[in-house]
Amino acid sequence: MASNPFASAAPADAITRPPSSGEYLSDRVFRSLTLVAAAIIIALVVYILWEIGGQAMPAIRDHHLSFLTTSAWDVQSERFGILPQIWGTLYSSLLALVSAGFFGLTVAIFLTQDFLPPKLAMVFRTIIEMLAAIPSVVFGLWGIFVVIPAIRPLADWLHEYLGWIPLFGTSLSGPGLAPATIVLAIMILPTVAAISQDALNLVPYRTKEAAYGMGATRWEAILKVMVPTAAGGILSAMVLGFGRALGETMALAMLIGNSNQISLSLFSPASTLAALLASSFPEAGRIEVQALMYAALVLLFITLVVNVIGTFILNLTQRRISGKS
Amino acid sequence: MAVMQPASTGTAAVREPAAHEIAIDCKVAKIFYGTFLAVRDSHVPIQKGKITGFIGPSGCGKSTVLRSLNRMNDMITGFRLEGHVHFLGQDVYGGKVDPVVVRRYIGMVFQQPNPFSMSVYDNVAFGLRLNRFKGNLDERVEHALRRAALWDEVKDKLKASGLSLSGGQQQRLCIARAIATDPAVLLMDEPCSALDPIATRRIEELMLDLKDDYTIVIVTHNMQQAMRVADITSFFAVDISKGGRTGYLVEMGETKQIFEAPHEQLTKEYIRGEFS
Repeated sequence: MASNPFASAAPADAITRPPSSGEYLSDRVFRSLTLVAAAIIIALVVYILWEIGGQAMPAIRDHHLSFLTTSAWDVQSERFGILPQIWGTLYSSLLALVSAGFFGLTVAIFLTQDFLPPKLAMVFRTIIEMLAAIPSVVFGLWGIFVVIPAIRPLADWLHEYLGWIPLFGTSLSGPGLAPATIVLAIMILPTVAAISQDALNLVPYRTKEAAYGMGATRWEAILKVMVPTAAGGILSAMVLGFGRALGETMALAMLIGNSNQISLSLFSPASTLAALLASSFPEAGRIEVQALMYAALVLLFITLVVNVIGTFILNLTQRRISGKS
Repeated sequence: MAVMQPASTGTAAVREPAAHEIAIDCKVAKIFYGTFLAVRDSHVPIQKGKITGFIGPSGCGKSTVLRSLNRMNDMITGFRLEGHVHFLGQDVYGGKVDPVVVRRYIGMVFQQPNPFSMSVYDNVAFGLRLNRFKGNLDERVEHALRRAALWDEVKDKLKASGLSLSGGQQQRLCIARAIATDPAVLLMDEPCSALDPIATRRIEELMLDLKDDYTIVIVTHNMQQAMRVADITSFFAVDISKGGRTGYLVEMGETKQIFEAPHEQLTKEYIRGEFS
């Protein structure tokens, strides 16, 4: 097995020898092992999609695409539509992304552009990442008992004096988009901040040096060179944060009010796909479960697309920074 | 790495240039990084309209001295300079001087080509926009690119990324970016060390061409390069006698004199290639 084409011509006392058949064998075993592990993960994803798709099949046959464009959720008459949930999912995630994007990028700049000594920046970064470790349900409780009472005075004032703006069109009824969005923003902040930091850290030192060498002030260097150079990575931080917000379940189920309506107002209750699933599954009959499976498939599809886009942008940037494209 | 003798003297027997011929008068007593003494006792007057080359073994402080001229070393925490760097009648280390302003007057080209991840045009226009240039931007960009001998190669792809160019083109783009704002002095920190011989040759020709308009200071580890381009050569060495590795100026003079009739024994040995 371990053939050595040089054996005849090489000196008899040579130190070099070909790998033994045992070494060849372990090489092959290791390679197949990694291959199997990778295949299992891919198979798992396909299996989950297959299983949910299969269970959703009756609902897909009954409702077709009208499921996506109507807003009834009536178990008795078996009329199901998830338009308010799709709207609520996208709207709440987008609002959360706007605030988390702003704060996340600011934090990332603050922690990567020499405003703090490296050790202190590391401590800050760890603290922000710890936000990601807080369980969703704790965020939900905090939202109900702290955030809602805290924003009530401001919400009432905004509705009273600026009620003509659709954003403040209804009065705060307790759970609703505003508290849900605030909590959601805090929950995705670590994702946005961490990936933005990585993107900024990826900018080569020589680029920074070039900016300062041209006589740029710190803000000119950051805003005109560092952030644009890291723009792709920062964008994908936003997309991945958005992806997290779309799928977030428990805190939203507790805070968004689970109301089947479409409204621009920040203070009206709404619903999201994940919240619908979480709150309806426990008491659902066979037909409703099929409809919920269809909704799950839609949610899965949306998050999958968003994540693929995010990863794609991230790869593109890394190639661009290293100058390969 | 040869063990070096403690320095004898500083600048020996050079014709002292008159004050009006000096672009930058750099007199370093000590440069520290934290507690580490990196450079000592180096008086390096940079003459106007000439190319001054800094040569010497690695660790001799030639880059450190170069980067002290436009306060690039301020980016390194713990950097401290004792001495003065006089430029246009001011000490650039004076209390009222903002390093940002110094760097706008003294341009720099780095060892690694470092164009920004933006178009060729925007790279060259960067400094002009930074200085809120009000004139014809297109014209200045074209002028700078022509001056950097890059125009013919990029005139049809001004919108392409600066990073899409070859290494030598990127370095000429960086030179164009640096000279677009017409700085008084151009510092070059081993500008050819990442380039192949042909690209190196082009940069050298470019330097000789730019000499009419700019004062140039170049750090090079390549003695032949110093011989080819520099009018004045400064030889730095490392002093390890006091435990540390401290760079200092051994001698400075006309390039011809440094290479053909050096005053210092150490210079003679280095030129002959007895250590590097």
